[in-house]
Amino acid sequence: MADPFQFELVAPEKLLISEPVNEVVIPGSEGYFTVLKGHASYMSTMRPGVVEVARGNARDRIFVRGGFADVNVEGLTILAEQAIPLEELDAATLAQEVQNAQEDVNDAKDAETKAAAELRLHQLKEVQTAKGG
Amino acid sequence: MASLKELRNRIASVKATQKITRAMQMVAASKLRRAQAAAEAARPYSVRMNTVLANLAKPLRGRDDAPRLLAGTGRDDVHLLVVCTAERGLCGAFNSSIARLARDHAVRLAGEGKTVKILCVGKKGHDILKRRFRSEIIDLVDLRGVKQLAFTDADGIGNRVRDLFAEGGFDVCTLFFAEFKSVINQVPTALQLVPAQIDSEGEGEVAGGEAVYEYEPDEESILTDLLPRNLSVQIFRALLENAASEMGAKMSAMDNATRNAGEMINALTLTYNRSRQAQITKELIEIISGAEAL
Repeated sequence: MADPFQFELVAPEKLLISEPVNEVVIPGSEGYFTVLKGHASYMSTMRPGVVEVARGNARDRIFVRGGFADVNVEGLTILAEQAIPLEELDAATLAQEVQNAQEDVNDAKDAETKAAAELRLHQLKEVQTAKGG
Repeated sequence: MASLKELRNRIASVKATQKITRAMQMVAASKLRRAQAAAEAARPYSVRMNTVLANLAKPLRGRDDAPRLLAGTGRDDVHLLVVCTAERGLCGAFNSSIARLARDHAVRLAGEGKTVKILCVGKKGHDILKRRFRSEIIDLVDLRGVKQLAFTDADGIGNRVRDLFAEGGFDVCTLFFAEFKSVINQVPTALQLVPAQIDSEGEGEVAGGEAVYEYEPDEESILTDLLPRNLSVQIFRALLENAASEMGAKMSAMDNATRNAGEMINALTLTYNRSRQAQITKELIEIISGAEAL
């Protein structure tokens, strides 16, 4: 078991988690990465996805919608635009979001916004799969 | 001299008013507690956001290619004032003091020959400002339907400001709200949003030299992602502070009103009793002098 380090998950409305954990898997905008104790100072934006937090033998899965992660000497801080534990995430809400993203793809006028919307749609579908599985 | 019946009616009506103001005070007190808790819960996010931004923005200070939300447009001609007030009155000088600060600011800018645009958040500020700045007010954001302020509400306003900035609608954006100091003290505050003002005092240095950060994607993409979000975060914080301030102001205003009503009831009751006694004495004298005359 990896040594514990300080982890904080902050949403605009409130501080959600602030405690030592063993391992966190983060959906970075350029790929998933895992943070353990003693990770180099690192900062990354996040895409909509699932953050996995390992604490002892328990693993929590939390849906975050964008934001960024800041790893420094003191520990890991995630500033999430929105964070909901995966089991509390309503399938209907998610479906609605996927649909919104789909509409964005259809409505996109230029190639750039279309690419961005498609990426988002893809990411949300990934979350949907994670939820179902 | 008012008749006894009139006095009785007035006492009854003041008592009814006092009951209402007392109830409103208690409601404001409980809402204040909730608003304060919400404002405190939101603090870690904005504090951390600020730290991160300060770290990122430091090397970009003064460079020409810095993002425009940070560096501004380089001009100082069109000012956007975002004025946050309450949706309801009956909270003392709360709304008018914010509106006054915004008005003074707008008048000063207009005097310097600059263009002023006003975006009102909250009906009361709009009511006050429209008398003087009807043509300058570009819109009113109505939050009346919002029970518990969520980040998405602030994000909506942030989006409007961002869109306007992207279109070149303004050069400088200032946010007006009341900072919550205590229940009896709320300070109307002006905060400059664009170009972003990031206080980097004592931050970064504390960590003991420059920590070497690795960024993914690179610093500039993170910064361009972060700056718009920071705008919404600042607005969110202002709205939360405002909500707490409003309730604090309402609480003390209603406390005053209740006390004034109490004083008024005392004074009226005294007059009522005096005139009642005077009337009894008068009637007695009439009866006695009538009996003596026989």
